[in-house]
Amino acid sequence: MLVAIDWHVLWLRIFHPNGTFAHALWATIYISIVAQTMGILLGLAAALARMSRIWPFRALSAGYVLVFRGTPVLVQIFYLYFAISWPTLHLGFTVPDAAVAAIVALSVNEGAYMREIIRAGIDSIDKGQMEAAKSLGMRNSLAMRRIVLPQAARVIVPPLGNEFNNMMKTTSLAYTVGVYELFADAEQGYSQTFIADYFLAVAFWYLVLTTVWTFVQAAIERRLAVSERADELSFRERLVAAWNPVTAWGRGAR
Amino acid sequence: MTEIVMRAEDVHKHFGRLEVLKGVSLDVEKGETVCIIGPSGSGKTTFIRCINHLEKVDGGRITVNGQLIGYRERGNGKLAEDSEKSIAKQRTQIGMVFQRFNLFPHKTALENVIEAPVHVLGTPEKQAEEDGIRLLSRVGLADKCGTYPGKLSGGQQQRVAIARALAMKPALMLFDEPTSALDPEVTGEVLMVMEELAHEGMTMIVVTHEMGFAKVAADRVVMMDGGVIIEEGTPEHFFEAPEHERTKQFLSKIL
Repeated sequence: MLVAIDWHVLWLRIFHPNGTFAHALWATIYISIVAQTMGILLGLAAALARMSRIWPFRALSAGYVLVFRGTPVLVQIFYLYFAISWPTLHLGFTVPDAAVAAIVALSVNEGAYMREIIRAGIDSIDKGQMEAAKSLGMRNSLAMRRIVLPQAARVIVPPLGNEFNNMMKTTSLAYTVGVYELFADAEQGYSQTFIADYFLAVAFWYLVLTTVWTFVQAAIERRLAVSERADELSFRERLVAAWNPVTAWGRGAR
Repeated sequence: MTEIVMRAEDVHKHFGRLEVLKGVSLDVEKGETVCIIGPSGSGKTTFIRCINHLEKVDGGRITVNGQLIGYRERGNGKLAEDSEKSIAKQRTQIGMVFQRFNLFPHKTALENVIEAPVHVLGTPEKQAEEDGIRLLSRVGLADKCGTYPGKLSGGQQQRVAIARALAMKPALMLFDEPTSALDPEVTGEVLMVMEELAHEGMTMIVVTHEMGFAKVAADRVVMMDGGVIIEEGTPEHFFEAPEHERTKQFLSKIL
């Protein structure tokens, strides 16, 4: 069966977005950013709790990851939305209660994944760094903040980038509890017309978001990599290096 | 009148079932340089790491300037591990130089040196920088202040590490095989800095295999084997007339 693309709808949705679309796009953006930020903070807290000397903290951290990584995020969103009555926030723009519930659920879920990423980042730093810091009279917390975490950040950022990429797409689940975000906007278009191209258009918009993020992430990684590497390459040099196989192939090399 | 800076009394240490230190006692006087030698596995590195409580002690006690390290005395005479805060405070007076330098790679040479004075002692940044530049010049690296460790040679990195430890104005400096990770051609520059330090009257405990250094800089050499001190004396004693059979064997291998 042939898939006929309704170019008119696609054209309209991509090049002439309307007001409700802008609203939906903004919802997707702020839900992603807030949930990811809170997820990082929760993950950091859980990663530190895991290394605590106090065992209840360690147990709490382990239980948190077990539960929130082991159950579907959709279930978490539904449970939190229907079990708790959330306030509607007015912060210059309105954040409906469903969006608040979705943000909380996505944050808590993300925190469980971020704990593992942050833990791995911290573990990747040589033990000698902590020992050197302690030998200089630093307390654990100071050594963590000034010596270990800044170095771990470089290890954490690439997987963190993946997480945020995922997060932007996962926000579409918020539609299921009635949040008007990108996917809801497309779904509404479809349900009024039964033209599937609304979904094609929304896919394009998600692609725009994730692509923009790819560039932002590359910039962040470049900044973090500066300084300590002796053989620092510029962005252009790396781009050239990345394209090398392609150009070599073009010249007839294998 | 001599002043004891470091006193270890009957120090014991286990790793699981393995007994690494089986009762080590050692006094180090102010201004003295003591070299600890011995085969690998003899416990010398573990011992020096106990002195600033990077390793817990299972028995015995260590004091620096009369202050018990890592523990506080309870009413019943038993020892309990001290709070993290006061252990950190005790460590400010004990400098440590590691085999693998352990410089902070995300900070320049000068930033490495001023990190602890500024953030632990609360020295104003400007003054810490002036002191830091002076210390880096002293180890011959005045031109490397803004360089990151990744761009320094091993010998240069180790000299920065020495400057970093000195920036805390410690009463005692510990060196854990400071030249073992270095290429032979750069060990000299590190040993020279240490030798100067010894002659300026710094109290130093040095775990090393560099007998040449021991000869010119050490006031006393201590031979460890199997978790105990088996012989100690002046460098001359060790080079000319070591008594213990194990010492003779060990020296014949490394000299």
